[in-house]
Amino acid sequence: MKKNSFVSVADLSKEDILRLVKSAGSFEENPNRKILEGKVCATLFFEPSTRTRLSFETAINRLNGKVIGFSDAATTSSSKGETLKDTIKMVSNYADLIIMRHYLEGAARYASEITDIPIINAGDGANQHPSQTMLDLYSIYKTQGKLNNLTITMVGDLKYGRTVHSLIVGMSHFKPEFEFIAPEELRLPDTYKQFMEEKGLSYKEYTDFSEEVINRSDILYMTRVQRERFTDLMEYEKVKNVYILKNSMLKNSKENLRILHPLPRVNEIAYDVDDNPKAYYFEQAKNGVFARQAIICDVLETN
Amino acid sequence: MIDNKKELQIAALQNGTVIDHIPSDQLFKVVSLLDIENLKTPVTIGYNLDSKKMGNKGILKIADKFFEQDEINRISLIAPAVKLNIIRDYEVAEKKLLHLPDELTGIVKCNNPKCISNNEPMKTRFKVIDKEMVTLKCEYCEMKTKKEDIVLL
Repeated sequence: MKKNSFVSVADLSKEDILRLVKSAGSFEENPNRKILEGKVCATLFFEPSTRTRLSFETAINRLNGKVIGFSDAATTSSSKGETLKDTIKMVSNYADLIIMRHYLEGAARYASEITDIPIINAGDGANQHPSQTMLDLYSIYKTQGKLNNLTITMVGDLKYGRTVHSLIVGMSHFKPEFEFIAPEELRLPDTYKQFMEEKGLSYKEYTDFSEEVINRSDILYMTRVQRERFTDLMEYEKVKNVYILKNSMLKNSKENLRILHPLPRVNEIAYDVDDNPKAYYFEQAKNGVFARQAIICDVLETN
Repeated sequence: MIDNKKELQIAALQNGTVIDHIPSDQLFKVVSLLDIENLKTPVTIGYNLDSKKMGNKGILKIADKFFEQDEINRISLIAPAVKLNIIRDYEVAEKKLLHLPDELTGIVKCNNPKCISNNEPMKTRFKVIDKEMVTLKCEYCEMKTKKEDIVLL
């Protein structure tokens, strides 16, 4: 892999994460700069994702870069059967950087092997979405003033939620305590439990979403429990209203608690939570632009 | 050693490769992996032979054939304890103990249908993350494959 591509959270060292988090902070202070003047950035979205694409394109525009690309593979030659390799090779002739989302897992890693320009992974199937993890880490850092020794509670779909898996890997450098709250069918996969055990990290698992756990948390990371994830719909009906955060559940929570959610939310956070100063999910999304500015400049080695 | 020599003398291999200590239940997989059916040179296949170490074992003596490293790696996946002797002019010219490499390229199929390696004309690439248990991790989709689920290409 090319050294300066950004493909997987697992590739990032503690130093990498801290450098990116600090850089994101400096972009938040001063987001409009001419760092990418004269650079062309390609956003290749083989699978549509409006939120992620707009966030990246905003990051590029605020740095005076130019954007080329597509938002849906249906209009490109990959729908005519062109290989990913050929598309990447072709675009590499035009752009200084490729930001890509693909429905196949490992697509970004493969792309990084066949081109000399940096690749930023904007999501590859169910595998990785590392820029989301960077904005989560930046949001944690910004709201807690540190990344070390925090209690992070994750709620909802811990089985399929890639943001959850990547955040575990990203936080693993910073001695967190994890608490996992999920229905039986959507428990955290064993492979991540093994990962934490190898890293010597402590974690606890619950099926009850209780105030007791909320009250010891610094970060409450909510995710959506999706109906289509259940093999047994009876089971879904039983749990669908269990993993919903209501404002009343926060009355004895820590002062520094912040509620994160990768968005879009459906009903897993009640609307009465939105006005609570501990609700952070909208600002979290805004942090995405700064985190992505940091990632782009890091892979292009502009700073 | 003496036993070994006797066996070699029986086969009277002038030049070629002797693969010894193959677990009997893996022998024919090894035969197929090394594409021995398509060789034109003489091959002796020993099956269910007595072995002090293993109880019983398989052995292959292949005349005038010297394997490339990636061909050998294919065997190490299913029979890691195999002993490989290179014979030149009736003598053991070189002994090789096989070890699982750290990385396997173009040998194992990724079991994830949504992996890019199953959808592009490209070689698969796996990291061997546990040599004892033989656990592989796809370098692309990052999915792990346990020994019993390994499918060779």
